[in-house]
Amino acid sequence: MPTSRLGGSGLRLAYDRRVVADDLTVTVPDRSFTVIIGPNACGKSTLLRALSRLLKPAEGAVLLDGTDIHRRPARAVARTLGLLPQSPIAPDGIGVAELVARGRYPHQGLLRQWSRSDERIVAESMAATGVADLADRLVDELSGGQRQRVWLAMALAQQTPLLLLDEPTTYLDIAHQIEVLDLCARLHEEQGRTLVAVLHDLNHAARYATHLIAMRDGRVVAAGEPRQIVTAALVEEVFGLPCRVIEDPETGTPLVVPAARTRAGTVTR
Amino acid sequence: MIVIRTPGRLSLRLHPRAVAVGLACALLALAVGVLAVGHGDYPMTPADVLRTLTGGGSPAEEFIVTQLRLPRLVTGLAVGAALGLAGAVFQSLVRNPLGSPDILGFTQGAATGALVVVVLGGSSAALAGAAALGGIATGLLIHLIAWRRGVHGFRLVLVGIGMTAILTGVNGYLLTRAPLMDAARAVLWLTGSLDGRGWSDAAPLLAALVVAVPVLLACGPALRMTELGDDAATGLGVSLPRLRMILLAAAVLLVSLAAAAAGPVSFVALTAPHLARRLTRAPGANLLPAAIVGALLTVTADQVALRAFPGQLPVGVVTGVIGGGYLVWLLATERRAGRL
Repeated sequence: MPTSRLGGSGLRLAYDRRVVADDLTVTVPDRSFTVIIGPNACGKSTLLRALSRLLKPAEGAVLLDGTDIHRRPARAVARTLGLLPQSPIAPDGIGVAELVARGRYPHQGLLRQWSRSDERIVAESMAATGVADLADRLVDELSGGQRQRVWLAMALAQQTPLLLLDEPTTYLDIAHQIEVLDLCARLHEEQGRTLVAVLHDLNHAARYATHLIAMRDGRVVAAGEPRQIVTAALVEEVFGLPCRVIEDPETGTPLVVPAARTRAGTVTR
Repeated sequence: MIVIRTPGRLSLRLHPRAVAVGLACALLALAVGVLAVGHGDYPMTPADVLRTLTGGGSPAEEFIVTQLRLPRLVTGLAVGAALGLAGAVFQSLVRNPLGSPDILGFTQGAATGALVVVVLGGSSAALAGAAALGGIATGLLIHLIAWRRGVHGFRLVLVGIGMTAILTGVNGYLLTRAPLMDAARAVLWLTGSLDGRGWSDAAPLLAALVVAVPVLLACGPALRMTELGDDAATGLGVSLPRLRMILLAAAVLLVSLAAAAAGPVSFVALTAPHLARRLTRAPGANLLPAAIVGALLTVTADQVALRAFPGQLPVGVVTGVIGGGYLVWLLATERRAGRL
């Protein structure tokens, strides 16, 4: 049984009175690249919001290192758990290096505004995400893919062992999606961070995740290593999509191929 | 960006342009202040003023400066600084360049408090106290209505606009109930005036500034994080509900006490933060520059009013004309730049 610093049990997640998930239990294995997938409105983003303490569970608790995440000081949590939200806002006229530097906030104080280690870590984070050359550019001038790497650099500069990413590939074209996911995989492997991401694309999830959580209607249908849990039956159950699962010729991970209309039974030969 | 580091673990980061702008505006405000103190029925040269301020004046000069003219200047500086600071906080808090206490209803609340005293009859001190209470009560009410799991910027604006409309109606009604003489006095108060202000008018506001300025400056870094959006700010370890509560309380206190000291001086809270941001060219709330620019704007407007129309024109008219003109210009240029 792998250890886990982050997880929740008996979670009831709700917006006002609308209950999205009830009695939900999840664990994020340490040093995993955990990906949460499921159809629209299955509660995957809501779960990520709960894990990142943006949403307080109506019942149950999200535990970080064994204590309720909402009972710990906000800054202390931010030194352990980083978050890249789905659509963060870049302030008008902010430069790349300045934005990345904001990731150091939880480590700073009124009289410790910019230490040498802050400076070093920001430079390292920009190098790791390949945006060092953009340091003096304005964020507004960047392409979508570059901007997402800048945000990732900011999240890295926070230097948290755990990092949560809410749909980090949305609004990007396929090449930039793969670029961002490759970058995440590298950060996971080289820096030993635990990553948790919500992804839309099942094939991306199956290729990059070391631990997959498949959700539907606010429940976890299956959780585990993609090679072990991604089957045609699971995809049918979670997404209601008839398909075949073959081996990805590039990586050997499961590749989901949706069934053609004829096979789905709407048109018969 | 300049970084100052001490051998210990202390390090400070300064924006050189912001520091230069802040210092320049502060010096300018002091210069206007020296000229202001020298102006009046008994004219004094800047040298006389400085000599008197440093304790070298005749008893008559001493009296004129410290008892008659300095209180008006200090009240003007304090009111301007409080409004500039509160305006910068509100604009940041509601993430809207138009988020100012004039538009959110706090100013009207202060006016309601003052008008109640006018109708019922009461001293100047009671009027000032009621204005402060009116502003604070409006702040509490807006907070209670807009509060649903934390103050949300947009909701705060909408509730504030609604409150402004209601209070404007109430204020109109109160004015019609007041005796004619008192109504005239009330209208003068409603324009915002620094006429005949003494040390007792400035004291409560100065005390509030002494408390609120350090608190707000300490909130500065967290406030900067909120520009990234609520989710990102929370992820970086900002406790948003607590931060918003502190900001709202401090800003409402400053606006209410500023209104108590000088009446609702219009548009300083809206204009000063914009001007400060344009001058410093630094992103973000620019809290301290906004306070300094606010102080400079207010004392300059008061001097313009005094010298152009001796004894006739309240400072609020000048700030209203300047602020209104500036707002129109801002809307026009921002629109052309496609930002608004």
